Amino acid sequence: MSTSFLVADGLAKRFPGSKGKADLTVFDNVHFTIEKGEFVCIIGHSGCGKTTILNVLAGLDTASGGNVLMDGREVAGPSLERGVVFQGHALMPWLSAKKNVEFAVRSRWPDKSNKEIEAHCQRYLDLVGLTGSEHKKPSELSGGMKQRVGIARAFAIEPKMLLLDEPFGALDALTRGNIQEELKKICAETHQTVFMITHDVDEAILLSDKIMLMSNGPQARIAEIVVNTLPKSRTRETLHKESRFYAIRNHLVDFLVSRSKRFSEELPADYDPKNPPLVMPGVEAPPPPPSPTISSSIESAKVVNLR
Amino acid sequence: MEKSMGIRAGALSLVIFLFLLGIWQAATQTTEKPGGVLSEYEQLQGKSAKKSDGLPTPAQMGETVKKHLSDPFYDKGPNDKGIGIQLAYSLARVMGGFLLAALVAVPLGFMIGMSPLLYRALDPFIQVLKPISPLAWMPLALYTIKDSATSSIFVIFICSIWPMLINTAYGVASVRKDWLNVARTLEVSIMRKAFLVILPAAAPTIMTGMRISMGIAWLVIVAAEMLVGGTGIGYFVWNEWNNLSLTNVIFAILMIGVVGMALDLMFGMLQKLVTYVE
Repeated sequence: MSTSFLVADGLAKRFPGSKGKADLTVFDNVHFTIEKGEFVCIIGHSGCGKTTILNVLAGLDTASGGNVLMDGREVAGPSLERGVVFQGHALMPWLSAKKNVEFAVRSRWPDKSNKEIEAHCQRYLDLVGLTGSEHKKPSELSGGMKQRVGIARAFAIEPKMLLLDEPFGALDALTRGNIQEELKKICAETHQTVFMITHDVDEAILLSDKIMLMSNGPQARIAEIVVNTLPKSRTRETLHKESRFYAIRNHLVDFLVSRSKRFSEELPADYDPKNPPLVMPGVEAPPPPPSPTISSSIESAKVVNLR
Repeated sequence: MEKSMGIRAGALSLVIFLFLLGIWQAATQTTEKPGGVLSEYEQLQGKSAKKSDGLPTPAQMGETVKKHLSDPFYDKGPNDKGIGIQLAYSLARVMGGFLLAALVAVPLGFMIGMSPLLYRALDPFIQVLKPISPLAWMPLALYTIKDSATSSIFVIFICSIWPMLINTAYGVASVRKDWLNVARTLEVSIMRKAFLVILPAAAPTIMTGMRISMGIAWLVIVAAEMLVGGTGIGYFVWNEWNNLSLTNVIFAILMIGVVGMALDLMFGMLQKLVTYVE
């Protein structure tokens, strides 16, 4: 058994078909692992079950097959150990920004004194740059600020893992860029383990260490895992100047535009859903191998099968 | 702009009011009979005695309003109490029945809203019971409770329960899934979830139900008190009809309207308190 922090083992989601029809399999045979402190993005077209996978990790939904282990324990339901940032911020509109965070903090530490809770909330609101807007209701905050409160709420409970469901989808490009930078900073500082859904290729390259590519549904799979080989110090300004940026970007876009559709038909001969190929676009030679590697190239990329 | 609109609307209201008063005055003005001497027959009929005949003029009405409002709380026996006392009796009954209804409807509505099974199971009962005129319960109430005052409270109870029950159930059932998911991921206990998430989320809908219930209760209390008699504004109206004092009847109608408006305004303010902007 793998000793990874999080192990998703053979996840599947099926919906029973109506009379006479076969069951609809959204995805099956989804295996992946996430290490502690790793930032993982998942990219794929709508309908491939990304949100379902996230909800299964969160414990809000149950898979039809397979299971998830976090820190050696099975995920059987929602837990304070996993913070979720919802797509539509999901703030309670009758509470101020601070009270929203406070609600979470009080749930996490019911025995903390009011003063401690107050200080704790303030710290996380400051962290996401909301100092001065703590007492505003969500309706008085801009879209970006609302999502910041959502992030502060998820971070404030100090979860072992953070799950983000397209958190910046509804934001304008400028705001999105700012929050991405901040999220990257906070995650790096706190060594947070993150699983994030996104549709934005640049966002994935900026933030994540590993990008999982999902083929189209039905019967979606994790087609391959792209390892982000750009230096950790990358920022939004320097990102496009990195030598391998376009190699990675083109690889991702190419997958989304064409290969994600054809994937299930043209299943590579050596494809093993339990061990999806690791890809490092732009890297000519594979990095020092931790184990014997078999490599074959897909288009311009190097494929490395670890384990 | 907003302010001048208010002034203009107020002025228009005043014009309409004066116009209606004018019509009233014209319709009720009695022309003095020429001669002014009553025949023997008319004297036998008692036409010389000064008493209310038919509808009052606005001036007479004004007198009556002044008289009633200058001393609203006198009590000169069972058939002669001040308007304040009568209204207080009615309000007490409405509040009693309404609060009892709220105590039943809000928790029950919560359960129905949270459990689709209960919702389906109880729906037929609610659908049958809801359209029944609350006054139809009166004989059963009088027979079982054997007390007319309590029976009218029961009638208020039964008429205010439905809007509150249905609105609470609806409000609770339609709480945004996102908020419930937040509560789930935070492992919030069921009681905390009910009071800190569902209740505030459903509060505007619940308050709407309460406002509707209060409106209906105030409509029904007049009819109920006409039936059971004794005290209250409904009884006052009926009593003054028996006295053939239309002036007092009109005064009572006015008071019912004013109190009803005040109740509605009060619930409007409560509603505003719990409403949130998404």
